[in-house]
Amino acid sequence: MEGLGFLGAGIGAGLAVIGAGLGIGNVAASAAEGVARQPEATADIRTTMIIAAALIEGVALFGEVICVLLALK
Amino acid sequence: MKRVKATKANAIIKVLAIIVPLLLNINGLALATTQEAPAVSPVAAAAIEPHAAAEAPEEAHEAAAGGEEKAGDVIMHHILDNNVLAFEPFGEIELPKIVIGGFDISITKHVVMLWTVSAIVIGLFALAGGTFKNMTSRQAPKGLANALEALVQFIRDDVAKANIGKGYEKYLDFLLTAFFFILVCNLLGLVPYGSTATGNINVTLTLATFTFFITQAAALKAHGIKGYLAHLTGGTHPALWIIMIPIEFIGLFTKPVALTIRLFANMTAGHIVILSLIFISFILKSYIVAVVMSVPFSIFIYLLELFVAFLQAFIFTMLSALFIGLASAHEGHDEHEAGAAHH
Repeated sequence: MEGLGFLGAGIGAGLAVIGAGLGIGNVAASAAEGVARQPEATADIRTTMIIAAALIEGVALFGEVICVLLALK
Repeated sequence: MKRVKATKANAIIKVLAIIVPLLLNINGLALATTQEAPAVSPVAAAAIEPHAAAEAPEEAHEAAAGGEEKAGDVIMHHILDNNVLAFEPFGEIELPKIVIGGFDISITKHVVMLWTVSAIVIGLFALAGGTFKNMTSRQAPKGLANALEALVQFIRDDVAKANIGKGYEKYLDFLLTAFFFILVCNLLGLVPYGSTATGNINVTLTLATFTFFITQAAALKAHGIKGYLAHLTGGTHPALWIIMIPIEFIGLFTKPVALTIRLFANMTAGHIVILSLIFISFILKSYIVAVVMSVPFSIFIYLLELFVAFLQAFIFTMLSALFIGLASAHEGHDEHEAGAAHH
């Protein structure tokens, strides 16, 4: 039964990465579209994109830290 | 054209000069752990290693089988804080352990790194400040002062002014200090014998706590006690307060916690990835894996880390400024007015 912690940690890490990947992918896609439509707003869009990506990444990292705790326990 | 090539070659040599000692350093660590006695110093281990491999191939095979776990231990040892300053080929410095009243306040590796970072930041800005003092107002700064001015100006205009707006000067000291402190912390983890103090959750929590208190102070100053408490209700009907107040109250603390985890996890994860890639060649005991995979991939991740070091310092500063700006912004009509002025 001891191995289940590792299994959970591995699956959890993978799921967190899938979620973060989808989220940041969406952000980047929309930002690229926005820049293509309105090149003069590039700087604003970049800042907004980085903040949004950082927030999404933060949530994913919460998940990853929990997985690390599971695996190291 | 020739000069460009020369500078490029120069840059490559510089990068190699940074990376090669790092790889050698980890090499020493790995050899030390393949020995059974943990007390053996890396130098001695390096001397014994070929001898041991020659006389007991079975033992070496067993060590390879258990190598994964040991690699994990070495990685954790490298990431976590401890009381030893390791200068691998030249030995190590044992740091004193101080416990006062049940609290362990001993000077650890990361504390030494924090002091080093403070010294570097103070030194850099003292140098740059001296340059500015000696200049006439018509001169443009050169070299270090110019580089620092560009970064300072970036933080002032694109981070502080853009997110806080009016009255940003008061918070500029904190934002600039946080940015350069975190940046140098992050970068020190990428040089040989350095370690990332921001890869320690206590350090990042302390930094985020500063942001938390400054944000609350800004909110109190902008709205007063009454406005601050009214903000906790979210401006909803009193019947909803029983839900809104706990949510808003938790919301106050999730922001600094998110800042803490983001910086800590980013810095730690990068180091773990680099070390894991390097250890693949030790676990599989293959030169081909080392040449094809470990070295190129770890160099790639190393360069990515260089970018992440800047990005995370920027994001921490940016989000701090954003939280301060949100806390001190006047809600409702002011935003509408600002929006109207824009159109």
